[in-house]
Amino acid sequence: MAEKQLAVRMRGITKDFAGKVLANDNVDLDVYHGEILALLGENGSGKTTLMNSLAGIYFPDSGTIEIDGEKVSIASPKDAFDHGIGMVHQHFKLVNVFTALENIVLGINDGGKYDLSAAAEKVRQICDTYGFDVNPKQKVCDMSVSQKQTVEIVKLLYRGVDTLILDEPTAVLTPQEADRLFDVMRNMRAEGKSVIIITHKLNEVLSISDRVAVLRKGTFAGEVLTAETNAQELTDMMVGHSVSLNIDRPESRPRHRMERIRVKNLTVRDHEGVTKLDDVSFSTYNGEILGIAGISGSGQKELLESIAGLQRPESGSVEYVVNTVGELEEVEQLVGMDPVKIAELGIVLSFVPEDRLGMGLVGNMDLADNMMLRSYRNGTSPFVDRKAPRQLAERVVDELAVKTPGIDTAVSSLSGGNVQKILVGREIASAPTVLLCAYVVRGLDVGSSHLIYDLLNRQKGNGASVVFVGEDLDVLLELCDRILVLCGGKVSGIVDARTATKAQLGLMMTKMEGGEA
Amino acid sequence: MVHISKRLRMPVAQAMAVRLGAIALALLVCGIITTLTTGLNPLDVYASMFDGAFGTERKFWVMLKEVAVLLCVSLALTPAFRMRFWNLGGEGQVLMGALVTAACMINLADLVPEGLLFVLMLVLAPVAGALWAAIPALFKARWNTNETLFTLMMNYVATQLVAYSIIKWESSKGSGKVGVINQSSNVGWLPAIGDNKYLLIVLLVALVCVAMYVYLAHSKHGFEIAVVGESVDTARYLGIKVNRVIVRTLLLSGAVCGFTGFLLVSGADHTITTTLAGGAGFTGVMVAWLAKFNPFAMIGSSFLLVFMEMGADEISTAFGLNHGFGDILTGVILFFIIGSEFFINYKLNFQAKEVEAHV
Repeated sequence: MAEKQLAVRMRGITKDFAGKVLANDNVDLDVYHGEILALLGENGSGKTTLMNSLAGIYFPDSGTIEIDGEKVSIASPKDAFDHGIGMVHQHFKLVNVFTALENIVLGINDGGKYDLSAAAEKVRQICDTYGFDVNPKQKVCDMSVSQKQTVEIVKLLYRGVDTLILDEPTAVLTPQEADRLFDVMRNMRAEGKSVIIITHKLNEVLSISDRVAVLRKGTFAGEVLTAETNAQELTDMMVGHSVSLNIDRPESRPRHRMERIRVKNLTVRDHEGVTKLDDVSFSTYNGEILGIAGISGSGQKELLESIAGLQRPESGSVEYVVNTVGELEEVEQLVGMDPVKIAELGIVLSFVPEDRLGMGLVGNMDLADNMMLRSYRNGTSPFVDRKAPRQLAERVVDELAVKTPGIDTAVSSLSGGNVQKILVGREIASAPTVLLCAYVVRGLDVGSSHLIYDLLNRQKGNGASVVFVGEDLDVLLELCDRILVLCGGKVSGIVDARTATKAQLGLMMTKMEGGEA
Repeated sequence: MVHISKRLRMPVAQAMAVRLGAIALALLVCGIITTLTTGLNPLDVYASMFDGAFGTERKFWVMLKEVAVLLCVSLALTPAFRMRFWNLGGEGQVLMGALVTAACMINLADLVPEGLLFVLMLVLAPVAGALWAAIPALFKARWNTNETLFTLMMNYVATQLVAYSIIKWESSKGSGKVGVINQSSNVGWLPAIGDNKYLLIVLLVALVCVAMYVYLAHSKHGFEIAVVGESVDTARYLGIKVNRVIVRTLLLSGAVCGFTGFLLVSGADHTITTTLAGGAGFTGVMVAWLAKFNPFAMIGSSFLLVFMEMGADEISTAFGLNHGFGDILTGVILFFIIGSEFFINYKLNFQAKEVEAHV
């Protein structure tokens, strides 16, 4: 690798937000031509901030950037383009009602005339060179997430970008789509481009990158050649101390194994009448973790909300099995209930929604009031009792090691992992028999994720029926007992997590694409 | 290059210092404007403004009454605002309460005993205000209509209803005025305590202020209002019936406005005009915002606004200045007070732009 030409050289980059921890503290980074560099780090370690400084979104407080040996000042994305640097953000920046081609040429002012057919020809060449599959005439709103991402990348290449930054590009892709993306990345490397991929997934780092740079809490933690490292070493660099990567899956043997939630022929439509869940049937059992896999937006949210009494299904039923004695079964119908009525039936159903601060918690309220969200109705007095929630807040902070100045702090000022601890802590405090959780470790670092896994396993041990909607297939396979795969609102299968493989899940996730099966 | 970044939280003492600094700066700028445009000594002008509010015992009590009325409207708007329901219909809701009070005083004075009359007024005036607020609330809950426009428009309807009633009730044909209601009998007039006719109003509003604080900060309803205001999704997640909370809160908001209307007609003016509320429904918005929806802080902000208004009146008569001049001073002071919030929430980082190497 020594003969490679240096493309980007960042030195002493420091960026400070609102006096909190330094987002970037004196970070150095080198990027060479014709390599794939993985920028690895836990959430909040400053990966995206560093790359935003390179792509002109932020201007660093101090530090220097050199491109091909020349010192430059990048104050805007346009400056970055002029220096051949482009970034694909996690949230795509495309105009939905425009076609792929229109999006690609949008904003280019090269003095020439607006010639779409010439542009189409150039796009075709780019696609041929790198192996993209893009229909230039397709509108962005009709595209899958993976196609939108492709348009974003082609857009950068069209502008002659030499250094591409991809921010967590695989977070929204199936394994198969991710493999296709990796092929394209390899082609770009072969053409002499530099590709920087921001990620915290170790398996990706190991399979695609040439070199790894690790950030930890805003500082540069070191760099290694991918060929000379392994997952354990990278994790230790990321976290700063040695951690176990294995997720426990305790065998739980409830004395009385029984069905807990029985979903039958559930169909849900949204406001516009689009079918979100189509004839879904399955059961959950006590003392197990049922994983739900699927590309995001396959009906996971609607499924959980239907069980929690937040969605009015079009048809079908959701039954809660209170108890079974021999053949006799005591059942409550949850369809048509709201959370208050469900609680009044004596059913302790907890729900950790995907949108933590927008749904599960109130960001501007303090920890104690957020605990009170679930319990404020208790008692017949017209006034709220703040004593119990305060005690609960103290307990959660204590037991889950939440980092906070105190329980009078607004939740929104905590970091992502601590916010999630508060939410999960509140939801499990009521000793639920059903625990629904959506993307419960999204954005959490390794340590916090494992703490959450432990909490879920403990609920499972207590006999709760845990429903775990996840996106990381490795986690689903290691943590869950069974996995239900959703595809376009339909159940494409339920598999035993102990025997299933990632490839199998990936296929099931996309099974029904391109027509009804 | 200047970077603006958000502060975590400024200590209370420091924040107060920033606000006091802003007021001092505002007075300085006002002084410069006064000297440049009128040639008067700004200190004389300020002294005169002070006189307008505190000069005599009568002025002082008039000021307290004005503060009480403005505070009461602001308190009425607060629960709606905490819920992020922008009730700009305070003016109309006050007028409706006033209209019903006047109707009772005019039509029932001879029919029912005075005690019953007060009971009727105390019940019907809040009901009228509540209904006036409930109409936009129901539309918001049912069809998600824009409450800002709707409540605003309701003001004009209320004004026209009052105008119509005034013609029906006018004291001498063609005068276009109702005149003082029950002037000789004083039936339905809020009683004076001792010989102070405004003290009861002040006490009643103080009671409303405490009650509103307790309701918002410590009741289950108040907690639901806060949750709905912060995030409708969270409210839904908890099983809070958002539409019901919206309507319930607006009924309360309108009822307190209607009560203010009662205080104005029965306690202060003893007559009804289309401009009875005097813009309190709008000034109250500012009072509530300046106090960040804290009922006790609203005492301070309504006092400030009334003081400025009365001071402006005073200097326009004392120095023969146009009343608009007082408004200019009020505007400057408010600009500085509101502007100071920026420096409390944000911090400016000054940094020399990096000189590019290899030019």
